[in-house]
Amino acid sequence: MKTIYKRPESFTDAVTSYCGGCGHGIVNKLMAELLDEMGLREKTILVWPIGCSVYADKYFKADAICALHGRAPALATGIKRSLPDRFVLVYQGDGDMVSEGMSEIMHAAVRGENFSVVFINNAIYGMTGGQMAPTTLWGQTTSTSPYGREKSSSGYPVNMAEIMAQMPGVCYSERVTVNSPQRIAATKKALKKAFSYQFEEKGLSFVEVLSPCPTGWSQKPVKALEWLEQKMIPIFPLGVFKDMKEGEGK
Amino acid sequence: MNRTEIEFERCKECGYCVEFCPKEVLAFGDKVNKRGYYPPAPVKQEACIACGICARVCPEGAIEVYKEV
Ligand SMILES: Cc1ncc(C[n+]2csc(CCOP(=O)(O)OP(=O)(O)O)c2C)c(N)n1
Ligand code: SF4
Ligand code: SF4
Ligand code: SF4
Ligand SMILES: [Mg+2]
Repeated sequence: MKTIYKRPESFTDAVTSYCGGCGHGIVNKLMAELLDEMGLREKTILVWPIGCSVYADKYFKADAICALHGRAPALATGIKRSLPDRFVLVYQGDGDMVSEGMSEIMHAAVRGENFSVVFINNAIYGMTGGQMAPTTLWGQTTSTSPYGREKSSSGYPVNMAEIMAQMPGVCYSERVTVNSPQRIAATKKALKKAFSYQFEEKGLSFVEVLSPCPTGWSQKPVKALEWLEQKMIPIFPLGVFKDMKEGEGK
Repeated sequence: MNRTEIEFERCKECGYCVEFCPKEVLAFGDKVNKRGYYPPAPVKQEACIACGICARVCPEGAIEVYKEV
């Protein structure tokens, strides 16, 4: 028998604490596949956030640390600067990054820190019971916007991939999603590129993943993938917003 | 025959594997696992083309696929 797909070696046997159909699981799996394929497991330090991925250190056979809410880019700055030979991978949710920690990610980008960031945008605070995030869509009902997010009182959804692309210290910024097998493959490609740029010391590489949260969105998983397609992508368009060429960067 | 292995206890019944299998190999079963989910199982294994899609969409890393050579 030829192996077509096997559970990644970089995963432990732990069962995730994610809900059924959660996008975190899909992205974590791609990360584990890439640690295997790129031979990075022994080199890697994963910097986890507060949010539904807070237990993810248990899923990977790699060094890991969990940051205070929103502070992962600050923690990663210290780690990468003191251990520049390690592969440092920051992982954050939208509440963690864009509410609690906007300052930390912005200043890591200002400084052009040489690590990679995976940003899971599920347009909600998943872990704490589905509150409105800065990424919540207009009209989207959450536990703190029961009649839908309103522009007049709550402003505009935040487009992080576009914002990061404007920062000179950022070498790569792409928005992808995981709502189909083709998109999952494209997400893996984006992650691989972002990871490899860290070894070229180009600066901060950033991948935003639009990610289903069936529980927070009160939808069955397969419906959540459709909702993501119809509602999220028009507001958060997919694409590469920045890709520094050979010789560019710091 | 190609083989699709679903780890029964790891599955959380999201249905992505059933939804995206191009050959309708998988269907939900009637057995419940320890966490209370009803995992799918192959019902038409002979139709499996070992494309690996079911495994790649599974958020739990619960599926492995092997191709007969
Ligand atoms: C300083 C601080 N404030 C608030 C919280 C409560 N809290 C835990 S997770 C979370 C939001 C997480 O949302 P997000 O980053 O989008 O992650 P998700 O669960 O959606 O992946 C909040 C507000 C906390 N743990 N610490
Ligand atoms: S609440 Fe949402 S983000 Fe959190 S584990 Fe469940 S589906 Fe995933
Ligand atoms: S490998 Fe492809 S054909 Fe076989 S069960 Fe999985 S998705 Fe279906
Ligand atoms: S994709 Fe994985 S978790 Fe979802 S139903 Fe299939 S085996 Fe279960
Ligand atoms: Mg979130």
